[in-house]
Parts: sequence; structure tokens; C-alpha cells
Amino acid sequence: MNTVFAKSVPGRKGVWPREPQKTASDFLPKELLRDAGPRLPELGELDVVRHFTRLSNRNFGVDGNFYPLGSCTMKYNPKFMEEAAALPGFTRLHPLTAQLKGAGHFTQGALEVMFELERLLCEITGMAGYTLHPMAGAHGELTGAMIIAAYHKDKGNKKTKILCPDSAHGTNPASAAIAGFEVASLPSRDGIIDPGALKNALDENVAALMMTCPNTLGLFERNLPEIVAMAHDVDALIYYDGANLNAIMGWMRVGDVGFDVVHLNLHKTFGTPHGGGGPGSGPVGVCERLLDFLPISRVVKLEDGRFFLDYDHPKSIGYMAPFYGNFGVALKAYAYILRLGREGLIRASENAVLAANYLRKRLEEHLEIPFNRTCMHEFTASAVRQAENGVRAYDIAKALLDKGCHAPTIYFPQIVKECLMIEPTEPESLAVLDKFVDDLIEILHTAETDPEKVKSAPVSLPVTRLDETKAARDMKLTEDL
Amino acid sequence: MIPRDLFYTKTHEWAQIEGPEATLGITHFAQEQLGDLSYVELPEPGRTVAAGEEIGSVESVKAASELYSPVSGEVIAVNEELESAPEKVNQDPYGEGWMVRVKLFEEPRGLLSPDEYERITA
Amino acid sequence: MAPGQKQNPMPYVPHTEKQTQKMLERIGAGSVKDLFADIGPAMRPKSFNIPAGLSEMEVLSHMEGLAAKNKVDVVSFLGAGFYDHYIPAAVDALSGRGEFCTAYTPYQPEASQGTLQAVFEYQTAVCRLFGMDCANASSYDGGSAIFEAMMMAVRKTKRKKLIISEAVNPIYRIMVGSYTSNLGLELTTIPHQSGQTDLGRLRDAVDENTAGLVVQNPNFFGCVNDFTDLFAHARANGALNILSVYPVMQSVLKTPGAMRADIAVAEGQSLGLPLSFGGPYLGIMTCTKDLVRQLPGRIAGKTTDTRGRTGYVLTLQAREQHIRRQKATSNICSNQALCALKSLIHLCLLGPEGLKRTALLSMERAHFAAERLSALPGVSLLNQAVFGNEFALRLPLSAYEVIDKLTERGFVPGFPLGRYFTGLENHLLVACTEKHSKEDIGILAEMLGGLL
Repeated sequence: MNTVFAKSVPGRKGVWPREPQKTASDFLPKELLRDAGPRLPELGELDVVRHFTRLSNRNFGVDGNFYPLGSCTMKYNPKFMEEAAALPGFTRLHPLTAQLKGAGHFTQGALEVMFELERLLCEITGMAGYTLHPMAGAHGELTGAMIIAAYHKDKGNKKTKILCPDSAHGTNPASAAIAGFEVASLPSRDGIIDPGALKNALDENVAALMMTCPNTLGLFERNLPEIVAMAHDVDALIYYDGANLNAIMGWMRVGDVGFDVVHLNLHKTFGTPHGGGGPGSGPVGVCERLLDFLPISRVVKLEDGRFFLDYDHPKSIGYMAPFYGNFGVALKAYAYILRLGREGLIRASENAVLAANYLRKRLEEHLEIPFNRTCMHEFTASAVRQAENGVRAYDIAKALLDKGCHAPTIYFPQIVKECLMIEPTEPESLAVLDKFVDDLIEILHTAETDPEKVKSAPVSLPVTRLDETKAARDMKLTEDL
Repeated sequence: MIPRDLFYTKTHEWAQIEGPEATLGITHFAQEQLGDLSYVELPEPGRTVAAGEEIGSVESVKAASELYSPVSGEVIAVNEELESAPEKVNQDPYGEGWMVRVKLFEEPRGLLSPDEYERITA
Repeated sequence: MAPGQKQNPMPYVPHTEKQTQKMLERIGAGSVKDLFADIGPAMRPKSFNIPAGLSEMEVLSHMEGLAAKNKVDVVSFLGAGFYDHYIPAAVDALSGRGEFCTAYTPYQPEASQGTLQAVFEYQTAVCRLFGMDCANASSYDGGSAIFEAMMMAVRKTKRKKLIISEAVNPIYRIMVGSYTSNLGLELTTIPHQSGQTDLGRLRDAVDENTAGLVVQNPNFFGCVNDFTDLFAHARANGALNILSVYPVMQSVLKTPGAMRADIAVAEGQSLGLPLSFGGPYLGIMTCTKDLVRQLPGRIAGKTTDTRGRTGYVLTLQAREQHIRRQKATSNICSNQALCALKSLIHLCLLGPEGLKRTALLSMERAHFAAERLSALPGVSLLNQAVFGNEFALRLPLSAYEVIDKLTERGFVPGFPLGRYFTGLENHLLVACTEKHSKEDIGILAEMLGGLL
């Protein structure tokens, strides 16, 4: 399919405002102006609509396809949330309006949304306070790591190291590094954090342990109380990566069990759409003793019921976002929580865990399941046996695409060979779950009888396998390179 | 399987010592792990390098890895062909895929023999 | 639903009781609660006081009530980096398609050619708009884009000093100060001169320890410059040049590429994204070809499939967090993909002529406003520099006071510069777009005149 630039017709009229009366040189000297106009496509509205509609037909999305991507929680995105976020009373609000006057009285509705969402998140996770400013999960991790650094600096501690389990998502160590920490990896045992290894690694220099529960293998961290106690004993803080929160809502609150800092992924657990890679939202929650370090501004409710933005926090880590985070995303998550309510959140986690275990049991004869015990909302399967015959997790993933199903997460976490990480999510029906298993079994069978067929998948999509090495070597990153 | 006249490191570099000079590259094992290379970053000629120091990197579609110098000395040449043809490292890691030539400051120390290296990669 | 068949009443959970039972049997568990046995009684929630769920109708009614508590039917002259330009209807109609907005990151490229080709086209469009070689698929916003650009300069030059003009958006300057607080870098801020970027002092501040220089065009006060000479000087000293720009105005202004900037970044909100109380926005990042390996985040590249057909993939991923972990160029994972798509669609709908008209109409209005307002007694422009669609006014009274009085009458006259600049408490930053009418400006002038 041609690019939109190839479809440009010089002189074609787009969606233009009326003609100006002046030219740029009426206001600015020639030296400050560009020589020639930008070579953007010249297209009519219908051309643009056709182009992007056709492009959309070359995409999978949750609306059209099952997406059992482990650690991504690709659950259905309810449409009423889009309507809520599109209300002009929210979309037309300039963020600086709230900073014009003491109590931001033109933005009381928006401030109330933020205040209420923070309160709900506190209650869902058992934390003392939240910031909605981080604009993605990784951004939340950075914020959390900076809060940890500020806490230790404030206490006069000289702690320069953060520990991450070897199963951690790559953003954990990457974020810790930007916050100025060195990162050490903790080996897992039986798929979970080994208290013995932790004991060896926990010295006076450790500022924090970043982990998640259930972990990236979908396993509950059984030694959690011991781990928390050990870390707190040396004044190391514990960070919770909230990517897997969908497993435990209403069943465990991370603040209750000792986590000091938490980030959530609203675009995972709270059903806001992934958008092809974003925008997300990664709110950060903290325990009581870390409240002072949260980024500014913070939403406060006055005695008369008005909301206002408070910037007076001298120990704050500063600004993590230009304003209040991805407000349009937070709005949707707020609506989602109101819709589901107490029972809905609990049942969401219950059914996420139910669906994952159902898939695990149906698949255990066909794929190796390392750590084959009750999993939470996701589990890992390994294609090592199939790989011995030349068909790898990569090939199985591509063959699933031909079945109209997006592949599970592959090759993560790195500690499982030929890993397929499967997370069905709770809105998927039994028919969808069964079809997934049946399709996968069929592919595994074909892997034995006709491996080349699996290795040449996908064949039913707009393109077959793409040459990634060629892309990296040619470096054609725009039409003009 | 691996050349017997070279020395090796734990980080999968090889060094060919010829009098006052050494030629460096990465091993067959390393290129196999990385997959088809898409890019090689090499040090500037004239730069001083110390044994164990990071002097460049290699990149494939699925991984990126640092290059560590096995020896101390001054970089006198780099394999310019690798800029446009990084695949030479995959095709001939000990020959046409050579990366850096160094004028030695001192006798190289702590390098592994072919047997010792083979034990690591077994 | 058949009589006697109990349905799980939870929204978005489809299983009937019978189906739930079937799954439990297959698992070999008695009840769903058995699956949570690992969470011992001591670890259960101390409380879980979330209100009961509401119907869709009730939630929307509640949200409408909250939206109504925001006052948006005002005539606003607020800008300061975030502008109320017209967004054609087709932007949301197209980007709202489920295939785009419910898609995941395109890690399985064969199933994501829509997203990937759109990213490739977006990269091309912003590079052409800014006159640069390469772009990434976005970062979060204009401020984090400046931070990432600064880190590119630090990594490339292996130096630790960064020089930033005070005329760069103060919100962004606070952000980069926060982000870099644990990195052992030295940030030097060069003060503005009555709202103008101080080219001389910026030039003098560059030395052999400078990793990068950050300036903005138009600057925060609306003034337009040519940074070509300053950039040449920085380059001669081995530093990288980072320019933060305003995408709509780039349709007429000399490009970062023409000025030989190394990295050009921008807030993309003015291209098809609603103001939306602060986000989601769009961090646009572009650079010269030789810096592309330092560019953080996702990048789409063109390639072919096994049958030789053109296709697109994420490329240069080896620099990213999921491979490099703590050695990655950045920690960024999710970006603002859907926002980048909206901006691309917006640019395609407007085209070069539409974008230029938007810039010119905005400038026309702003110059008309500047003329009318500075004619009022005691009111003057902060400086005589050439400007685009935004300018700073000096008032004979507190800007906050003026704003207080006029907002009550449905007009937000601008942004009080005293909020971020001491000594500028009597100064107002006024922005106009193609949405403002001459009538609006006339009324503003009258109201302001009435206060003096």
C-alpha cells in the first residue's frame, strides 16, 4: 500500500481555514522564514479518509482480535469511557486555567476527577497518596525511583543500588539507571525471588528492591512477607511494578503487605485503550512516609469542598509532567472504576485468574509449562520441545497470526527458554479461550507433521515475515532517506 | 573448532598477538548469539585503550553488546568495511570480520587459551 | 437470556455460572477462591471500600455533571506552549477506529502494518516540517522530549554541561531540572533580556565542557530568532544544538534543519490534539542522521517481506529497554502513539497550505491584538522583537488582578508571567489562534481599557 505522500496531488484542496489577508513577510523579515513550504501531502478529505481507513484494515486490535499478551493486560476497552473523555467540558480545558486563580474555580470538575481517582486508587491498593502525573508505566517507575532517591537523600543515607529480579521487565532497571542508581540482578529460584539470594544481595548500599506480584511469570511471590521484612530491616524500600495488578484487585492490597512505592498502568488494569503503543498513564502511589516527595502539583480538597492545586512541598521531586499527567487517560480509568465498582473489580481479577488457569490446564499436555502450579492472571509456556525439531516460539507466534489471534508475548521473561507468556484477561468468552487452545494445538501438531508450514507463517496477512535485519541495515526511516 | 593460534576473553573477544601488535575481533560463539549484525561501533584510530575497557559495541536486531578490549595499547587501525558490511563479522569472524588493530603498550595478561575459552562456551 | 439461567452480573465478564463451573472442573479447583490460596489471610485487604458499580448511563451522567463544573465557554488567550487551534472532525473519526486505538505496540509487525506505516508516515511528516533527517515515534510531551534530547547530547559528546536559555518554556525547564537531579549534570540557565533570547550570552557560555545548548523558537515570550550563527559557534566547540519549536509556526518559520540544529523537538499538541487539561500530548523528536542511534524510543523503518513487498517494522530496537535494560538509551516503553497518529492525520488534512493559513491567521490576530492592546493607556509590549502569534504585554497593574476581573466576565486575557518569572508580575502573555475573531479582541481591549 502506497504511503500518503505518494498519493499527494499538487494543488489539491484540503481542510483549510479561510484565506489570510497577509503573508508571513508582512510580520517577519525574510531571514526568519523558511524558503519553501513543508512537503506535506496535498490531499482532499476523502483521500485522507480512504488512506487511513485502509491502513486501519491492516491492523489487529482488541476490538477485532484476541490478544493474549502476557504482562500487557489487553482487556476490552469499553466505549462509554471514550464518550466520557470526549466531553467538551474536559477536552476544551486549557491546563493553565487551573493556575490562574487561587482555587482554580474554572476547573473544579477536572480537579474533582483527579482527587477522586487518587482516592479510589489509594483504596484499591492500600497506599496513602497518589500522583497522576507519570505519563506511562515506565515514567511511573522513574518517578518512583526518584522518590526513593529523595527519601534516602533526605535521611542522609548513601545508598546507590537497586535490586531487580532477573525476571523483571526491562523498564525497571532502565528507569532505576536514569534515577542515578546502579542496578543488580537477583536470580530467581523456582520462578520466584529466592530469599537466600536476597539476603546475600541486601547490603547497606541497597536503596530499594523493585519487584512485582504476581511476578512476570504469573506466579505469586510466596515469600513476600519475608522479602518485605528483610528489605525494611536495612532501610531498603520496596517498589511494586503494578503491571500485574489485574490478578489481585480486592484480593490483596500492596500497601497493606508492605510495599512503599507503587506504579499502576491505567492502560492495562483499568481498561484504557493501548492506542498502538500509547498514550498510557502510570500513576504512582506511596506510603505515608514518602508523601512529601511526590511530584508537584498535588490536588487538595479544602474544607468548603473546593479543590485546588498545591505546589508548596519543598521536599517534592519536582515536575514529572508539564501539568497533571495524561488527564484524558486518567478520566477514562476513573469512569471504568465507577462502572465496575467494588464487586466488579474483585470479579475482574477473579475471572482473569480463572481464565489463565483454564488455558494452562488445557495446554499443559501440549506445551511445557515451567512452574506448573496454580498461576495468577498469566502463565508462561515454553516451546523448547518444539524448538528441538526446529519450530520455535517465534514461529508458533507467527502461525497464530494466521488464525486471527495476536500472538502471546514471546521471549519475555528472559529466564524461560522459548517463552510464550499468555494472559487472556477476564472479558474474553469461553468460546474465544477454547478456540485459542484449539488453534494452538493445531499449530503444534502441524509443527510436527509439516514444520515448514509453521515456519513460513503468516501467509494470510497483508505482508509475510519482514526482514528486520534489512530494516536495521538500510535505515530507511522516512520517505526521504 | 576455534583457531588455536589466538587468545580469548570471557566476554567473547579474540586477540591475535603478532609481536608489538594485536588484532582483535569477536568469536564465532558471540556472532552466533547475536544473530545477523546490523551495526558495529568501533573506536577512533589514535585512541588509547586499556585491557577490559569498553571500546565499542555490536548490534543486531535482537541484541546489543559492548566490545571490551583484551589488551592495552593504542588503536592504529579499524576495519572500515564493517560500516557498510557488518555481516562480515557473521561470515568470517576471525578473518574478514576483524575489528581493531592495536599497538601494544605491554605484554597482554589474563587472556584465555583456546582450551580455556572452549570450556566456557561448552 | 433463558429463564432460570443465572448470568454473572459483572460488566465485561461474559461467563455464565455453568461456564465458570466447567472451567473450574477442568482446572480441578472447587471454587474460584481456591485459586487465590497463595494469598494467606494475613495478606488480605484491610479494607476495600470502593462504591458499588454504576450502570453505563449513571456513570456518563456523573461525568457530564463533573464536566459541567468546568468553565470552558470563555474566550481565552492562553497559550504558553499549548494552543487552541481548530481540529478537523476527520482526525477523531479516523483515529477513533478500533483497529487503531485498541491495537497494541506493533511488536508483531505482520499484524500491525496499519500502525507501523502510520508511524513511518508520521516520522516523514515531522522531519519534512522541521527540515531534519530522522524522527522517533514520539515521547510523552515537549518537556520530556527536551530531556531526552539533552541526554542524547550527553551520551554523544561524553560531556556533562548543558546550557539552556531562560526563554525556553519555564515549565519544561523545571521538568528537566527534576529529571536530571540524580545524574551529576551541570545545567546553566542564561537569563532572558526583556523576554528576548540572549544570543550573546548563550554564545559566551559555550565551552569545551558543553554537551548541548537548548533554545526555543518562537521563544516562550513569542519572539522569533535565527539561531544559525549561535549553532555554528556551538558546533565548532563540539556541543550539540537542541531547538524546541512550535509545529504550526514551523510551516512559515526558518526550519531547525536550515539553522543546522542537531536535534529539533516540539510539543505536538497544536497538531490535532485537544487541550484536554494537560494531556495526553505529544513529544516530537527529530535529529540529524548521524545521531539516529542515540535517538530514544521506538522508530519505524521500511523493509520488505519474503515476497519482496514493502512493509514496515520497528527498528533499532537493540537500544531500547526491553533489550538493553539499564544500558538502554531511555526507559521509555509506551509512548504517545495514538496522539502521533492524530497529528499525522491532522497534517494530511491541512496540507502545507492549510497549516500555513493557520499560522498566518494566528499571526494576523496576534498582531492586531498587540496593536489594540498596546494602544491602551499605560500598556506596552514587553519588547520590540518580531513575534509570531504570541506576545508579552506590560500592564500598569498586576496581571493576576486583570485576569481575576476579566475571567468573571468570560474572558481569559492571557497567562500571568509572574507565575514563573519574578519581576514580571505586571506582565501578561497573550496568544491568538485562527479561532479568535476581531470582535473578541475588540471586546478584550474594551474590557482591559475599562480596568485602567
